[in-house]
Amino acid sequence: MTDVSSIDGRYDADVRAGVAEPTTGDFVALLKPRVMSLVVFTALVGMAAAPGHMHPVLAATALLCIAIGAGASGALNMWYDADIDAVMTRTAKRPIPAGRMPADTAFAFGIALSVGSVLTLGLLVDPVAAGLLAFTIGFYVVVYTMWLKRRTPQNIVIGGAAGALPPVIGWAAVTGSVTIEPLVLFLIIFLWTPPHFWALALIKSDDYARAGVPMLPVVAGAAATRRQIVLYSLVLAPVAVLPALMGFAGPLYGAAAVGLGLPFVGLAFAIWAAGDAATLRRACGRLFGFSLLYLFLLFAALLAERMLSVAPFPALFAATGGLGAA
Amino acid sequence: MSVAMDDNDGIRLTEEQKRRRRARSVAIAVVLGVLVVLFYVVTIVKLGPGVLNRPM
Repeated sequence: MTDVSSIDGRYDADVRAGVAEPTTGDFVALLKPRVMSLVVFTALVGMAAAPGHMHPVLAATALLCIAIGAGASGALNMWYDADIDAVMTRTAKRPIPAGRMPADTAFAFGIALSVGSVLTLGLLVDPVAAGLLAFTIGFYVVVYTMWLKRRTPQNIVIGGAAGALPPVIGWAAVTGSVTIEPLVLFLIIFLWTPPHFWALALIKSDDYARAGVPMLPVVAGAAATRRQIVLYSLVLAPVAVLPALMGFAGPLYGAAAVGLGLPFVGLAFAIWAAGDAATLRRACGRLFGFSLLYLFLLFAALLAERMLSVAPFPALFAATGGLGAA
Repeated sequence: MSVAMDDNDGIRLTEEQKRRRRARSVAIAVVLGVLVVLFYVVTIVKLGPGVLNRPM
Protein backbone atom coordinates (compact mmCIF):
# COMPACT_ATOMS: atom_id res chain seq x y z
CA MET A 1 0.00 0.00 0.00
CA THR A 2 1.18 3.52 -0.66
CA ASP A 3 2.60 5.15 2.45
CA VAL A 4 1.07 8.58 2.32
CA SER A 5 2.19 9.48 5.83
CA SER A 6 5.56 10.35 4.38
CA ILE A 7 4.28 13.10 2.14
CA ASP A 8 5.89 16.30 3.39
CA GLY A 9 3.66 16.67 6.39
CA ARG A 10 0.58 17.03 4.16
CA TYR A 11 -1.01 14.17 5.99
CA ASP A 12 -2.29 16.02 9.01
CA ALA A 13 -2.51 15.04 12.64
CA ASP A 14 -6.14 14.01 12.45
CA VAL A 15 -5.38 11.44 9.80
CA ARG A 16 -2.39 10.03 11.70
CA ALA A 17 -4.55 9.82 14.81
CA GLY A 18 -7.13 7.91 12.80
CA VAL A 19 -9.92 10.39 13.51
CA ALA A 20 -10.17 12.24 10.19
CA GLU A 21 -13.85 12.55 9.41
CA PRO A 22 -14.21 12.84 5.63
CA THR A 23 -17.39 14.44 4.35
CA THR A 24 -19.77 12.72 1.95
CA GLY A 25 -18.41 15.18 -0.63
CA ASP A 26 -14.95 13.66 -0.17
CA PHE A 27 -16.35 10.24 -0.99
CA VAL A 28 -18.05 11.65 -4.07
CA ALA A 29 -14.72 13.21 -5.12
CA LEU A 30 -13.09 9.75 -4.89
CA LEU A 31 -15.47 8.59 -7.61
CA LYS A 32 -14.02 11.10 -10.13
CA PRO A 33 -17.48 12.32 -11.20
CA ARG A 34 -16.29 13.98 -14.43
CA VAL A 35 -14.62 10.80 -15.66
CA MET A 36 -17.69 8.88 -14.52
CA SER A 37 -19.99 11.09 -16.61
CA LEU A 38 -18.06 10.26 -19.81
CA VAL A 39 -18.06 6.55 -18.90
CA VAL A 40 -21.83 6.58 -18.33
CA PHE A 41 -22.42 8.42 -21.59
CA THR A 42 -20.32 6.08 -23.73
CA ALA A 43 -21.88 3.04 -22.02
CA LEU A 44 -25.33 4.47 -22.74
CA VAL A 45 -24.41 4.83 -26.42
CA GLY A 46 -23.15 1.23 -26.44
CA MET A 47 -26.53 0.14 -25.07
CA ALA A 48 -28.47 2.28 -27.54
CA ALA A 49 -26.42 1.03 -30.50
CA ALA A 50 -26.91 -2.62 -29.56
CA PRO A 51 -29.61 -4.59 -31.37
CA GLY A 52 -32.58 -5.69 -29.28
CA HIS A 53 -34.68 -4.20 -26.54
CA MET A 54 -33.98 -3.73 -22.88
CA HIS A 55 -36.45 -2.81 -20.16
CA PRO A 56 -35.76 0.78 -19.04
CA VAL A 57 -35.39 -0.31 -15.40
CA LEU A 58 -32.75 -2.87 -16.36
CA ALA A 59 -31.01 -0.33 -18.59
CA ALA A 60 -30.91 2.20 -15.74
CA THR A 61 -29.61 -0.51 -13.39
CA ALA A 62 -26.85 -1.42 -15.84
CA LEU A 63 -25.83 2.22 -16.19
CA LEU A 64 -25.84 2.67 -12.42
CA CYS A 65 -23.58 -0.36 -11.96
CA ILE A 66 -21.20 0.79 -14.70
CA ALA A 67 -21.07 4.27 -13.12
CA ILE A 68 -20.37 2.87 -9.65
CA GLY A 69 -17.76 0.47 -11.06
CA ALA A 70 -16.02 3.40 -12.80
CA GLY A 71 -16.18 5.36 -9.55
CA ALA A 72 -14.69 2.43 -7.65
CA SER A 73 -11.76 2.37 -10.10
CA GLY A 74 -11.24 6.07 -9.43
CA ALA A 75 -11.27 5.53 -5.66
CA LEU A 76 -8.73 2.70 -5.86
CA ASN A 77 -6.59 4.79 -8.21
CA MET A 78 -6.59 7.66 -5.68
CA TRP A 79 -5.75 5.23 -2.88
CA TYR A 80 -2.71 3.86 -4.70
CA ASP A 81 -1.55 7.15 -6.22
CA ALA A 82 -1.91 9.35 -3.12
CA ASP A 83 1.86 9.86 -2.94
CA ILE A 84 2.21 11.19 -6.49
CA ASP A 85 -1.12 13.05 -6.34
CA ALA A 86 0.35 15.05 -3.44
CA VAL A 87 3.16 16.50 -5.55
CA MET A 88 1.09 17.42 -8.62
CA THR A 89 -0.82 20.70 -8.56
CA ARG A 90 -3.75 19.20 -10.50
CA THR A 91 -4.33 16.45 -7.93
CA ALA A 92 -2.93 17.77 -4.62
CA LYS A 93 -6.38 18.75 -3.36
CA ARG A 94 -7.80 15.24 -3.66
CA PRO A 95 -9.15 13.88 -0.34
CA ILE A 96 -6.19 11.64 0.61
CA PRO A 97 -3.21 13.91 -0.24
CA ALA A 98 -5.09 16.88 1.22
CA GLY A 99 -5.31 14.97 4.52
CA ARG A 100 -9.10 14.81 4.66
CA MET A 101 -9.35 11.03 4.38
CA PRO A 102 -7.22 8.07 5.56
CA ALA A 103 -5.95 6.01 2.63
CA ASP A 104 -7.41 2.83 4.16
CA THR A 105 -10.87 4.34 4.04
CA ALA A 106 -10.55 5.05 0.32
CA PHE A 107 -9.29 1.50 -0.26
CA ALA A 108 -12.21 -0.07 1.62
CA PHE A 109 -14.66 2.23 -0.20
CA GLY A 110 -13.20 1.31 -3.60
CA ILE A 111 -13.22 -2.43 -2.93
CA ALA A 112 -16.78 -2.37 -1.56
CA LEU A 113 -18.06 -0.47 -4.60
CA SER A 114 -16.13 -2.70 -7.03
CA VAL A 115 -17.56 -5.90 -5.59
CA GLY A 116 -21.02 -4.40 -5.16
CA SER A 117 -21.26 -3.01 -8.70
CA VAL A 118 -20.01 -6.22 -10.37
CA LEU A 119 -22.26 -8.51 -8.33
CA THR A 120 -25.29 -6.30 -8.83
CA LEU A 121 -24.72 -6.07 -12.59
CA GLY A 122 -24.25 -9.84 -12.78
CA LEU A 123 -27.26 -10.72 -10.65
CA LEU A 124 -29.70 -8.19 -12.04
CA VAL A 125 -28.66 -7.62 -15.65
CA ASP A 126 -26.12 -9.86 -17.38
CA PRO A 127 -23.13 -11.97 -16.32
CA VAL A 128 -21.07 -11.19 -19.46
CA ALA A 129 -21.45 -7.45 -18.81
CA ALA A 130 -20.52 -8.03 -15.15
CA GLY A 131 -17.41 -9.96 -16.18
CA LEU A 132 -16.39 -7.12 -18.48
CA LEU A 133 -16.96 -4.58 -15.70
CA ALA A 134 -14.78 -6.63 -13.34
CA PHE A 135 -12.10 -6.87 -16.02
CA THR A 136 -12.27 -3.10 -16.60
CA ILE A 137 -11.88 -2.28 -12.91
CA GLY A 138 -9.04 -4.78 -12.52
CA PHE A 139 -7.30 -3.53 -15.65
CA TYR A 140 -7.51 0.12 -14.59
CA VAL A 141 -6.36 -0.49 -11.02
CA VAL A 142 -3.81 -3.28 -11.39
CA VAL A 143 -2.51 -3.02 -14.97
CA TYR A 144 -2.66 0.77 -15.41
CA THR A 145 -2.38 2.29 -11.92
CA MET A 146 -0.12 -0.20 -10.17
CA TRP A 147 1.95 -1.54 -13.05
CA LEU A 148 2.18 0.74 -16.10
CA LYS A 149 1.66 4.28 -14.85
CA ARG A 150 5.01 4.61 -13.08
CA ARG A 151 7.00 2.39 -15.43
CA THR A 152 6.41 3.21 -19.08
CA PRO A 153 5.51 6.16 -21.32
CA GLN A 154 3.01 3.80 -22.97
CA ASN A 155 1.02 3.89 -19.70
CA ILE A 156 -1.98 5.78 -21.02
CA VAL A 157 -1.90 3.96 -24.38
CA ILE A 158 -2.36 0.51 -22.85
CA GLY A 159 -4.24 1.76 -19.80
CA GLY A 160 -6.62 3.55 -22.16
CA ALA A 161 -8.23 0.17 -22.82
CA ALA A 162 -10.00 0.46 -19.47
CA GLY A 163 -11.56 3.78 -20.42
CA ALA A 164 -12.54 2.40 -23.82
CA LEU A 165 -14.51 -0.59 -22.51
CA PRO A 166 -17.74 1.05 -21.22
CA PRO A 167 -19.55 0.95 -24.62
CA VAL A 168 -18.63 -2.75 -24.85
CA ILE A 169 -20.09 -3.33 -21.37
CA GLY A 170 -23.23 -1.43 -22.40
CA TRP A 171 -23.57 -3.50 -25.57
CA ALA A 172 -23.07 -6.74 -23.59
CA ALA A 173 -25.71 -5.66 -21.05
CA VAL A 174 -28.28 -5.60 -23.88
CA THR A 175 -27.17 -8.55 -25.99
CA GLY A 176 -25.28 -10.77 -23.54
CA SER A 177 -22.43 -10.97 -26.05
CA VAL A 178 -19.55 -9.01 -27.57
CA THR A 179 -19.45 -8.59 -31.33
CA ILE A 180 -17.27 -6.56 -33.68
CA GLU A 181 -19.46 -3.42 -33.54
CA PRO A 182 -18.82 -2.52 -29.86
CA LEU A 183 -15.15 -3.35 -30.42
CA VAL A 184 -15.05 -0.62 -33.08
CA LEU A 185 -16.49 1.82 -30.51
CA PHE A 186 -13.79 0.54 -28.13
CA LEU A 187 -11.15 1.20 -30.78
CA ILE A 188 -12.34 4.78 -31.29
CA ILE A 189 -11.96 5.64 -27.59
CA PHE A 190 -8.72 3.66 -27.40
CA LEU A 191 -7.17 5.71 -30.23
CA TRP A 192 -8.65 8.95 -28.89
CA THR A 193 -7.03 8.54 -25.45
CA PRO A 194 -3.33 9.13 -26.31
CA PRO A 195 -3.71 12.46 -28.16
CA HIS A 196 -6.17 13.61 -25.49
CA PHE A 197 -3.85 12.86 -22.56
CA TRP A 198 -0.60 13.76 -24.28
CA ALA A 199 -1.98 17.23 -25.09
CA LEU A 200 -2.56 17.63 -21.35
CA ALA A 201 0.81 16.03 -20.49
CA LEU A 202 2.64 18.53 -22.73
CA ILE A 203 1.14 21.35 -20.65
CA LYS A 204 1.68 19.60 -17.31
CA SER A 205 4.99 17.84 -18.05
CA ASP A 206 6.73 19.62 -15.13
CA ASP A 207 4.10 18.23 -12.77
CA TYR A 208 4.55 14.70 -14.10
CA ALA A 209 8.35 14.99 -14.00
CA ARG A 210 8.25 16.12 -10.36
CA ALA A 211 5.99 13.18 -9.49
CA GLY A 212 8.25 10.75 -11.36
CA VAL A 213 5.49 9.66 -13.75
CA PRO A 214 7.13 8.74 -17.08
CA MET A 215 4.64 10.43 -19.37
CA LEU A 216 5.78 10.61 -23.00
CA PRO A 217 6.81 14.32 -22.93
CA VAL A 218 8.91 13.65 -19.81
CA VAL A 219 10.67 10.58 -21.21
CA ALA A 220 10.80 11.14 -24.97
CA GLY A 221 10.52 14.92 -25.09
CA ALA A 222 8.01 17.34 -26.58
CA ALA A 223 8.99 16.76 -30.21
CA ALA A 224 8.37 13.00 -30.08
CA THR A 225 5.08 13.57 -28.24
CA ARG A 226 3.92 16.06 -30.88
CA ARG A 227 4.67 13.52 -33.63
CA GLN A 228 2.78 10.81 -31.77
CA ILE A 229 -0.24 13.08 -31.30
CA VAL A 230 -0.37 13.67 -35.06
CA LEU A 231 0.04 9.96 -35.85
CA TYR A 232 -2.72 8.85 -33.47
CA SER A 233 -5.02 11.58 -34.79
CA LEU A 234 -4.40 10.45 -38.37
CA VAL A 235 -5.41 6.91 -37.41
CA LEU A 236 -8.32 7.98 -35.19
CA ALA A 237 -10.11 10.15 -37.77
CA PRO A 238 -10.69 7.37 -40.38
CA VAL A 239 -11.36 4.69 -37.73
CA ALA A 240 -14.11 6.91 -36.34
CA VAL A 241 -15.90 6.65 -39.71
CA LEU A 242 -15.96 2.82 -39.53
CA PRO A 243 -19.36 2.53 -37.77
CA ALA A 244 -20.96 4.21 -40.79
CA LEU A 245 -19.06 2.04 -43.28
CA MET A 246 -19.88 -1.12 -41.34
CA GLY A 247 -23.60 -0.41 -41.40
CA PHE A 248 -24.36 0.26 -37.76
CA ALA A 249 -24.39 4.05 -38.04
CA GLY A 250 -26.09 6.38 -40.49
CA PRO A 251 -25.55 9.70 -42.28
CA LEU A 252 -25.70 11.86 -39.14
CA TYR A 253 -22.94 9.86 -37.51
CA GLY A 254 -20.93 9.69 -40.75
CA ALA A 255 -21.12 13.46 -41.16
CA ALA A 256 -20.13 13.98 -37.51
CA ALA A 257 -17.17 11.60 -37.80
CA VAL A 258 -15.84 13.42 -40.87
CA GLY A 259 -16.78 16.92 -39.70
CA LEU A 260 -15.18 16.44 -36.29
CA GLY A 261 -12.24 14.32 -37.45
CA LEU A 262 -10.86 16.99 -39.79
CA PRO A 263 -10.53 19.73 -37.12
CA PHE A 264 -9.14 17.12 -34.70
CA VAL A 265 -6.34 16.33 -37.15
CA GLY A 266 -5.92 20.06 -37.84
CA LEU A 267 -5.46 20.83 -34.14
CA ALA A 268 -2.99 17.95 -33.84
CA PHE A 269 -0.95 19.44 -36.71
CA ALA A 270 -1.14 22.84 -34.97
CA ILE A 271 0.61 21.25 -31.97
CA TRP A 272 3.19 19.69 -34.28
CA ALA A 273 3.85 23.02 -36.02
CA ALA A 274 3.81 25.24 -32.92
CA GLY A 275 6.97 27.35 -32.86
CA ASP A 276 7.38 28.76 -29.36
CA ALA A 277 6.32 27.50 -25.93
CA ALA A 278 3.34 29.83 -25.62
CA THR A 279 1.95 28.79 -29.01
CA LEU A 280 2.47 25.12 -28.14
CA ARG A 281 0.69 25.57 -24.82
CA ARG A 282 -2.27 27.23 -26.54
CA ALA A 283 -2.40 24.53 -29.23
CA CYS A 284 -2.32 21.77 -26.59
CA GLY A 285 -5.10 23.47 -24.62
CA ARG A 286 -7.20 23.67 -27.79
CA LEU A 287 -6.75 20.01 -28.71
CA PHE A 288 -7.39 18.87 -25.13
CA GLY A 289 -10.64 20.86 -24.96
CA PHE A 290 -11.73 19.89 -28.47
CA SER A 291 -10.98 16.20 -27.88
CA LEU A 292 -13.55 16.11 -25.08
CA LEU A 293 -16.11 17.76 -27.34
CA TYR A 294 -15.12 15.42 -30.20
CA LEU A 295 -15.81 12.22 -28.29
CA PHE A 296 -19.02 13.57 -26.80
CA LEU A 297 -20.44 14.77 -30.14
CA LEU A 298 -19.37 11.63 -31.99
CA PHE A 299 -21.17 9.36 -29.56
CA ALA A 300 -24.07 11.80 -29.26
CA ALA A 301 -24.55 11.52 -33.04
CA LEU A 302 -24.83 7.73 -32.75
CA LEU A 303 -27.25 8.08 -29.85
CA ALA A 304 -29.34 10.66 -31.74
CA GLU A 305 -29.60 8.34 -34.75
CA ARG A 306 -30.90 5.53 -32.56
CA MET A 307 -33.38 7.81 -30.80
CA LEU A 308 -34.60 9.28 -34.09
CA SER A 309 -34.57 5.84 -35.74
CA VAL A 310 -32.29 7.03 -38.53
CA ALA A 311 -31.52 4.05 -40.77
CA PRO A 312 -27.85 3.08 -40.89
CA PHE A 313 -25.89 3.11 -44.14
CA PRO A 314 -25.82 -0.20 -46.01
CA ALA A 315 -22.71 -2.01 -44.79
CA LEU A 316 -19.69 -1.89 -47.06
CA PHE A 317 -18.36 -4.83 -45.11
CA ALA A 318 -20.50 -6.76 -42.66
CA ALA A 319 -19.67 -7.88 -39.16
CA THR A 320 -20.72 -11.36 -38.17
CA GLY A 321 -20.35 -13.60 -35.17
CA GLY A 322 -19.00 -12.55 -31.83
CA LEU A 323 -17.64 -13.55 -28.49
CA GLY A 324 -20.29 -15.13 -26.34
CA ALA A 325 -22.94 -14.87 -29.04
CA ALA A 326 -25.50 -17.62 -28.73
CA MET B 1 -9.75 19.91 12.48
CA SER B 2 -8.71 19.70 16.08
CA VAL B 3 -9.35 16.85 18.45
CA ALA B 4 -9.72 17.30 22.19
CA MET B 5 -7.63 14.65 23.95
CA ASP B 6 -8.23 13.58 27.49
CA ASP B 7 -6.29 10.98 29.46
CA ASN B 8 -9.48 9.44 30.78
CA ASP B 9 -11.82 9.77 27.82
CA GLY B 10 -9.46 9.08 24.92
CA ILE B 11 -10.32 10.75 21.63
CA ARG B 12 -13.26 13.10 21.78
CA LEU B 13 -14.73 14.19 18.45
CA THR B 14 -15.51 17.82 17.80
CA GLU B 15 -19.04 18.86 16.88
CA GLU B 16 -17.97 19.20 13.24
CA GLN B 17 -16.55 15.68 13.24
CA LYS B 18 -19.75 14.33 14.81
CA ARG B 19 -21.80 16.15 12.17
CA ARG B 20 -19.71 14.60 9.38
CA ARG B 21 -20.05 11.15 10.91
CA ARG B 22 -23.85 11.55 11.09
CA ALA B 23 -23.96 12.71 7.48
CA ARG B 24 -22.00 9.63 6.39
CA SER B 25 -24.31 7.36 8.37
CA VAL B 26 -27.33 8.91 6.68
CA ALA B 27 -25.67 8.49 3.26
CA ILE B 28 -25.00 4.79 3.96
CA ALA B 29 -28.62 4.30 5.07
CA VAL B 30 -29.89 5.97 1.89
CA VAL B 31 -27.64 3.78 -0.29
CA LEU B 32 -28.83 0.61 1.45
CA GLY B 33 -32.45 1.71 1.06
CA VAL B 34 -31.91 2.40 -2.65
CA LEU B 35 -30.35 -1.07 -3.06
CA VAL B 36 -33.35 -2.74 -1.42
CA VAL B 37 -35.76 -0.85 -3.68
CA LEU B 38 -33.61 -1.57 -6.74
CA PHE B 39 -33.53 -5.32 -6.13
CA TYR B 40 -37.29 -5.33 -5.45
CA VAL B 41 -38.18 -3.38 -8.59
CA VAL B 42 -35.84 -5.40 -10.84
CA THR B 43 -37.29 -8.63 -9.42
CA ILE B 44 -40.82 -7.47 -10.29
CA VAL B 45 -39.67 -6.37 -13.77
CA LYS B 46 -38.00 -9.72 -14.43
CA LEU B 47 -40.99 -11.69 -13.21
CA GLY B 48 -43.25 -9.57 -15.40
CA PRO B 49 -47.03 -10.10 -15.45
CA GLY B 50 -46.49 -13.72 -14.43
CA VAL B 51 -46.15 -12.58 -10.82
CA LEU B 52 -49.94 -12.12 -10.68
CA ASN B 53 -50.73 -15.34 -12.50
CA ARG B 54 -49.91 -18.16 -10.12
CA PRO B 55 -51.91 -21.00 -8.53
CA MET B 56 -53.40 -19.95 -5.19
